[in-house]
Amino acid sequence: MPNRISRSTILLPNSPSILASAAVGGKKEGEGPLREDFDLLSEDTTFGEKTWEKAEMRMQMDAESRALKKAGLHPEDIDVVFAGDLLNQCISSAYSLRGLAIPYIGLYGACSTMAESLMLASLFVDGGIARRAMAVTSSHFCTAERQFRFPLEYGGQRTPTAQWTATASGCLIVGEKNEPPYARAVCVGKIGDLGIKDLNNMGAAMAPAAADTLKTFFQDTGTSPENYDRIFTGDLGQVGSDLLYELMEREGIPLKGRHDDCGLLLYDRETQDVHAGGSGCGCSAGVLCGHILKLLKNGTYENVLFMATGALMSPTSVQQGESIPGIAHLVHLSRKPQ
Amino acid sequence: MDMLLDYGKAFLIGGLLCAIGQVLIDYTKLTPARILVSYVVAGVILGGIGLYGPLVEFAGAGASVPLTGFGYLLSKGVREAVAAHGLLGAMTGGLTAAAAGITAAIVFGFLAALLFKSGDKS
Amino acid sequence: MSQTKITSREYEELNKKASPGTKSYKTIPSAFLIGGFICVIGQALTNFYMSLGLVKDEASAVTSISLIFLSALLTGLNVYDNIAKVGGAGTLVPITGFANSVVSPALEFKSEGYVLGLGAKMFIIAGPVIVYGTLASVIYGVILWAVGLIF
Repeated sequence: MPNRISRSTILLPNSPSILASAAVGGKKEGEGPLREDFDLLSEDTTFGEKTWEKAEMRMQMDAESRALKKAGLHPEDIDVVFAGDLLNQCISSAYSLRGLAIPYIGLYGACSTMAESLMLASLFVDGGIARRAMAVTSSHFCTAERQFRFPLEYGGQRTPTAQWTATASGCLIVGEKNEPPYARAVCVGKIGDLGIKDLNNMGAAMAPAAADTLKTFFQDTGTSPENYDRIFTGDLGQVGSDLLYELMEREGIPLKGRHDDCGLLLYDRETQDVHAGGSGCGCSAGVLCGHILKLLKNGTYENVLFMATGALMSPTSVQQGESIPGIAHLVHLSRKPQ
Repeated sequence: MDMLLDYGKAFLIGGLLCAIGQVLIDYTKLTPARILVSYVVAGVILGGIGLYGPLVEFAGAGASVPLTGFGYLLSKGVREAVAAHGLLGAMTGGLTAAAAGITAAIVFGFLAALLFKSGDKS
Repeated sequence: MSQTKITSREYEELNKKASPGTKSYKTIPSAFLIGGFICVIGQALTNFYMSLGLVKDEASAVTSISLIFLSALLTGLNVYDNIAKVGGAGTLVPITGFANSVVSPALEFKSEGYVLGLGAKMFIIAGPVIVYGTLASVIYGVILWAVGLIF
């Protein structure tokens, strides 16, 4: 049974295993530093489909089928799937899973969806509600631009704080305790908002929520950054990461040197024109499912905190002058069970 | 030589109008759409008070190609139409003068959409 | 546990420090150069059409149509946005930028159908330009007419 030690932090005494994971990416992701870590990279970001929405759906299906294959499982072996994405009504997830007949719970956590889905999958398995649970999410640069910003061919200039939505999908399967890596604890984030309104500076909008979740988790567990090999945030980018350091510094928890941001790992900022870094559900999903879990599996890391961050606005709320609420969910992944 | 001077003036004024737009992008919170709206309205006003006409005389395409020129065109159309038809001209003059630009954008936009697709970006 | 104890105003200060500024020493000159260059193309077209015997106003209108055509073509070929990355306001402010803002949603939303996609969304960005331009011109016309009545 999960053991709730505070309002936010829940330990997982049964320490469910991540049985398998798969990461799929597009062309730009294939030109980045993590190209070796992806299971599938497509030069053609339409993934052979007619619309960008279908392309994103196809990409998610690829991640799901590859994760199942790597785990040696079939869809009917999965008791529940937690899935979400950035598109209105989470259509990428609903359509990618419509053929698999797995009990489905749709999530909206914006770019925090990978951590949110992994958290819920781990809780379900730890609590014995499910034997095996799937967590999957995706984002596609083209669908996100169409929905949140401008038509793709519109000539606009990005500001230096803008981030690049990753074309990527990550899927993982959580099962009863087996082999490392294990999920040992989760921390449910609270919505934080310090008044950032700039749609082109999401890192800054999400950093306060990230700082709050981290601080809460360290306090609840009596640990500090030194207890972990690496602390990964989802897509704070350069601006958000710098702000996170600043906020944590004020709390007396120095983070620099122990922290990496998936949005900064996925691309080479010098050569890939992504401004402040990558973003989107697929950014942290691809980096977790391809890169981080691999390093946990091969023993490079013993203990890792994975915290994906999300910006919970919509184009409507932004046009109405609202500021951007942020969220950050955290999962403690380890080679040792609880 | 005259021709070269024409080009020089067009380059200078056109470039200047664009540079002002860039200053607005860089140093204000104005979105590109708001900047375009401001340019057109500014063109109507400057045309109305008689300042933009001389600029077009001076810089040619340098003043007529930027969106302020579109606004100027609207004001010019209205002035001529009001002179000819009175109050009715206030309703018809602007869009009549701008018809070529708007119609061209619709026609070529439609044709382009038939022939092309938007592509991935990197 | 409370939210990190920091006010929005303090945070805005931190954000300003953390956010890199736009490199205006690059963007403004390139807007000037590219915008100026587009106007020179316009001037060359005008001169050409006048040499064919068109009067100035006609030549100017045909020039606009030509530039809109070129912009639509470059937008369709997925090129205009790449020029705009460098050009900034230099590609936004000329009539070619207006054309790009009409053509790009037409291309983009064709996938939602010819009527509700392409047709309805064509002016999703450029619409306000026409709306407020027209309104301003009508106000100007009414003023002109009223002044004409008085004098």
